[in-house]
Amino acid sequence: MMGLLTRSAPRTVYKTEAGEVVYGMMAEFATPAEISHAAEKVRDAGHSRWDVYAPFPIHGIDEAMGFKHTPIALACALIGLTGAGLGFLLQWWVTGQAYPMVVQGKPFTAWESFIPITFELGILFTAFTALGGMLAFNKLPMFYHPLFKKERFLRVSDDRMIICIEAADPKFDPTKTRELLESAGATSIELVEE
Amino acid sequence: MSTIHPDEYGARRAAGLEGAPIEPVNDPETLDGTIIDDPSTRPPLVLNDRSFHDITNIVCGYAENKPGRWWMPVFGLVATIASIGGLFILYLLITGVGTWGLNNQVDWAWDITNFVFWIGIGHAGTLISAILCLLKQKWRTSINRAAEAMTIFAVICAGTFPAIHVGRIWFIWMVFPIPNSNAIWPNFRSPLLWDVFAVSTYATVSLLFWYMGMIPDLATLRDRAHLEHMKNPNGRRLLPFLPVTVSRFRASAYGLFAVGWRFSSRHWMTYERAYLILAGISTPLVLSVHSIVSFDFATSVLPGWHTTIFPPYFVAGAIFGGFAMVLALMIPARELYPNMKDLITVRHLENMAKIILVTGSMVGFAYSMEFFIAWYGGNQNELFAFINRATGPYAWAYWTMISCNVISPQLFWIKRCRTSPVWIMIVALAVTVGMWFERFVIIVTSLHRTFIPGQWGMFYPTIVDIMIFVGTIGIFLTLFMLFLRFLPVFAMSEIKNVTPQADPHAGHDDHAHDDDGHDSTHAQTEPA
Repeated sequence: MMGLLTRSAPRTVYKTEAGEVVYGMMAEFATPAEISHAAEKVRDAGHSRWDVYAPFPIHGIDEAMGFKHTPIALACALIGLTGAGLGFLLQWWVTGQAYPMVVQGKPFTAWESFIPITFELGILFTAFTALGGMLAFNKLPMFYHPLFKKERFLRVSDDRMIICIEAADPKFDPTKTRELLESAGATSIELVEE
Repeated sequence: MSTIHPDEYGARRAAGLEGAPIEPVNDPETLDGTIIDDPSTRPPLVLNDRSFHDITNIVCGYAENKPGRWWMPVFGLVATIASIGGLFILYLLITGVGTWGLNNQVDWAWDITNFVFWIGIGHAGTLISAILCLLKQKWRTSINRAAEAMTIFAVICAGTFPAIHVGRIWFIWMVFPIPNSNAIWPNFRSPLLWDVFAVSTYATVSLLFWYMGMIPDLATLRDRAHLEHMKNPNGRRLLPFLPVTVSRFRASAYGLFAVGWRFSSRHWMTYERAYLILAGISTPLVLSVHSIVSFDFATSVLPGWHTTIFPPYFVAGAIFGGFAMVLALMIPARELYPNMKDLITVRHLENMAKIILVTGSMVGFAYSMEFFIAWYGGNQNELFAFINRATGPYAWAYWTMISCNVISPQLFWIKRCRTSPVWIMIVALAVTVGMWFERFVIIVTSLHRTFIPGQWGMFYPTIVDIMIFVGTIGIFLTLFMLFLRFLPVFAMSEIKNVTPQADPHAGHDDHAHDDDGHDSTHAQTEPA
């Protein structure tokens, strides 16, 4: 968002020897413990555009990477309550205004019998928000990504653990980033082309 | 720079350098090593020290390799049953509900019995995926995917019955509040309409939950297919005349549904939160759905239906019947795919047997309480309805229900029974039968002898009744067979996450076989 408002300095574009634009540098680590420690080092080095890729959510990695909270719970709560409200409104309008019918001599807008459907619609809207919000906040679906070209990366979904620091990171520097990853205990390091 | 595999042992074994893993434990006390009564000891959730790669191989193997010889005949059989059921549904739609055995007195019978039966089956799946998730029961990870799949297939079968029982299926849209030129609207004070919303919400939320849980595993299947394609770009073709290899097709098909998931930790964080929210809302949802189903009966004035115990009693019964179905599906699957035994241990079976024992006893308590209140409430009609259930013309159904639902689970007090797959299977099948009869007893015996003896009648099912029910069993099993064949049957990422080597705070000992002495992450079999 800030990028839209203030013109940021043009980033340095790095190229490989073959002339391809560099997306970032990825390093493999052997175990969840090692990658957690490495993530702490990368975080402490002040990087901002980087990520840890692992076949499962590593316990405590959010702290090791220095994440802030995700807004998905708030989105679910707001849209869920909207759904419940709409559900109640629908029933109130249909039963009390559009098509009033005497059922068991109850007042047309007696709210008690509206509770089950109000509840169900609240749940329904929340569920759609949970899945839709997860995809939206994660910018998915995204069928293309530079990392997918790397054979090593395709094994993350099996058992590998990889840190990738993007070239767009202001702190990215081919030599220093490599040194940082090496000192963090990477077992292999390679450049990722855009 | 060399690549150090996180699990050398697994890698060596995959490369054929290491033979079969550890000798399977076969101890009379702990069976496969998981039946440990000492609460200070955590039995392993995955046997044989499986590495991450092993877990991927096992689970993806079901979807990637040709299935055993049993698959095609079984699939053919259940698909035939499903098709026959479909033809009978077609016949019913063309001819009308007069082809069922319903009559003026018993105007709800097999249709609603089957509906409640199937919707109840689904509840175990949601219980495992949602409630056990909130309670942090790690053992759920090996059974949740299959149980959620079962939920969706059961809800599909359940939804068939209300739709076809309306008689004029082309008016089914009238159950939804859709503006129409007659300016009429559904009655929102009717529990039957609540049911429409509850069941459709339940089906949708279960599907979303199932799908979201599957995204990472579909991505694993995608990546493996892609690697296979890179390794062998001229592999087997999908069809002889199409220039598309099987692996290319699989990568695209799984890839489409995996929405480009790339296992990013930033994604995982939002994903886990969203998963927790879904679990959190599914918990009250599952309780509400069967409560609302029970309102269909409880809010009427019919003796035998008009009771306040119905919502909790129905929910307990649903979970009871659902767990029985999970077991009835997973025990044979576990025998047919022997390496499933590493993921679904005897401990998992025992845990589920214990839940069956608890919920079965709740159901038994509810049966006796209903009877007690019928007498204690002093309402003649109510008491008659219950005495008629136990001694009237449908007494055989009532006593089938009691013996299957109340007596048979009591076997699980005996440790040898609740840890033996054969015994569990027998009880699970008995419970499935019993739970069908429970709904039959509630619905038919309450209706067939109501207030005026002149109206009394009997219900006899016709061949159409029977074949449509059998057909839904076929539909259910067909869908389950397809699931076993093409989708990740286990939640791989979740299972990997509960293995000891996934713990980042366990030092550096992540090898399945680490001989430097501090394998504190592994299950301790000696008492602490």
